[in-house]
Amino acid sequence: MEATIATENTGKEAWTGGGKKPLDASYGKMMMWFFIVSDALTFSAFLGAYGLMRFKFIDSWPIADEVFTHIPFVHGHFPMYYVAFMTFILIFSSVTMVLAVDAGHQMKKGKVTIYMLLTIIGGLIFLGSQAWEWKNFIGGTYGSLVMQDGKIAQFVDASGHQIALEEFVHKSTSDQRVAHTKSNGLWFVKDVGAMAPFTVHEVIEGFKANPDISLRTEQINLDTKHKTVLSREEANQFLTKAAGVVKGANLKVNEYGKTLFADFFFFITGFHGFHVFSGILINIIIFFNVIVGTYEKRGHYEMVEKVGLYWHFVDLVWVFVFTFFYLV
Amino acid sequence: MTQEHAHESHTGLIWKVFGILSLITIVEVFLGIVKPESLHLSNFLGTSYLNWIFLILTLAKAYGIAWYFMHLKQEKAGLRRAIVWTVVFLVCYLATLLLIEGNFVGDVLSDRYTKWFY
Repeated sequence: MEATIATENTGKEAWTGGGKKPLDASYGKMMMWFFIVSDALTFSAFLGAYGLMRFKFIDSWPIADEVFTHIPFVHGHFPMYYVAFMTFILIFSSVTMVLAVDAGHQMKKGKVTIYMLLTIIGGLIFLGSQAWEWKNFIGGTYGSLVMQDGKIAQFVDASGHQIALEEFVHKSTSDQRVAHTKSNGLWFVKDVGAMAPFTVHEVIEGFKANPDISLRTEQINLDTKHKTVLSREEANQFLTKAAGVVKGANLKVNEYGKTLFADFFFFITGFHGFHVFSGILINIIIFFNVIVGTYEKRGHYEMVEKVGLYWHFVDLVWVFVFTFFYLV
Repeated sequence: MTQEHAHESHTGLIWKVFGILSLITIVEVFLGIVKPESLHLSNFLGTSYLNWIFLILTLAKAYGIAWYFMHLKQEKAGLRRAIVWTVVFLVCYLATLLLIEGNFVGDVLSDRYTKWFY
């Protein structure tokens, strides 16, 4: 083997490429860039797949403004605000990270410590926000009907705004449904999901008792870019084909429309959230290294710069996830 | 990064970039909530003007993060090109093929196989 190696790399310096710096980048930094480029392509593939499905169902994809409408402690319809806040938090934690790197270049240990801490806190706030966003999506807002062929139909009032099932459906006293539990011998059933709040029958009764309400299909009118609202007669036809009631979203059903939307949402934001999570862990490790003076002894804070690269990359990915999931 | 750069502080520049990134985000969110009809209901090269604006603003943000936060600006041009050109080329390639294909499948489905009324 020796004959094929131009320069021998043995001993202590093997991991650092013998201290050589092609393109003025150290071994560690170069490897971080290798990782970032490959990870960027992974995310591109996910977002590309999302784009493929989005264009495939361009006439019926859920409208993000109608899906993510919650902000904490306030009821009402607030599209975009909360996710804008999350974006802002992540950009801000990127800023504190780059300030930590900057302070590291000047060998200011105290400043690096504070900025690293702020970065970690920013990351935790983002992760908590994402968990809250997931909770709202999984829990649902209005509830809707799922047809026999899997299409979703949502209820709207006379002005065309969506209304929640609770507003017009009454629980019938004859509803004998009981949620499945594993303790009742259903241990072999893998997906003992949450029971829908109402039965199809109850929803149809509620619909008939309220002549003002109608149904809205998934279909988007490409001229107005709004979902199509049905007339009462058409809606009655729909009700005969109703197969179930769905509240919230998971990997199998989605009250807001295409299940694929939920699948991609969980997968892509979940994968990104996992990156944020591991970024926070790495930041914490580096944070303690800074405190105990590892980099002070080493004579440079390049390690802070390298984890900084990863952290900025996580922010960079979020910028694209934000655009493709919430804006476009 | 060269030795002369290593010790000078860039704090002012960092806050400036932060300001610009925040401003772009605010503009994006504003447009996303208001959705002006003239931009939203138009069509240019396969999607609305509004979506093109979002895409360009996103790329501007990505540039700000990569160049100033990830210090690509200060790296050797060779390293910068190896990173940026690789990703940009492959992403354009992937996106073009996937979106064209998705559009085609969508056309086939909606013409023949999707019914919206019962």
